[in-house]
Amino acid sequence: MNDWIELSASPLSTAAAVEFATDPAAGGIDLFLGTTRQEKNGEGKSLLALDYEAYPEMAVSQMRELAARARTQWAILKIVLLHRTGRVGLGEPSVIIAVSTAHRAASFEACRWIIDTLKTEVAVWKKEVWADGTTSWVAGHTIEIPS
Amino acid sequence: MQVTIKLFAILREKAGVSTVSLDLPDGSTVTAALEKILVFHPVLNQSLAKSACALNQAYCPRSAVLKDRDELALIPPVSGG
Repeated sequence: MNDWIELSASPLSTAAAVEFATDPAAGGIDLFLGTTRQEKNGEGKSLLALDYEAYPEMAVSQMRELAARARTQWAILKIVLLHRTGRVGLGEPSVIIAVSTAHRAASFEACRWIIDTLKTEVAVWKKEVWADGTTSWVAGHTIEIPS
Repeated sequence: MQVTIKLFAILREKAGVSTVSLDLPDGSTVTAALEKILVFHPVLNQSLAKSACALNQAYCPRSAVLKDRDELALIPPVSGG
């Protein structure tokens, strides 16, 4: 099995992702972490965390499909695509992507394509949790479906 | 026929429920299901306009025809990553 695709309610391990992506045929492993960024809202309140929610069955099948689509575009050895659900604190990763390929250019490109596409397609949502106890859903990307 | 509607994120919060079971006439479309949901949850009107639909975990057009026991999910703008 050369893909590790998972939606997880517990903290993600960068070390485990790199270990999985490691391959003797690889000349490069590209690792991307999406992390919770410190922010202030319009009222000057600080962000405490992001709360992630998913449509689990659909999100996991979409993530598997993303890995498969990446494999049609680049000669990939291993793919790791992990996404959090639940509360993700400042600086913690909500997503980890690791891609190993024989030459580095393909791993950079594939990793970037996976995160960019994930953000516009996969059934996951995040809500900002502010220091004053208020919350706000992040605006997000509307899915356009031809009718 | 019975169709299960799943609501997520802002839609789930506004409606106050994550699942709605609808009894619809055979051959109903996604649009018909959405119209019926709005009767029970008019508060969803604005958010629903910006949402996509997924039928049995795959995005679908609103013209899609539903079958008994289908799972129709309402997908507000996604914000993963």
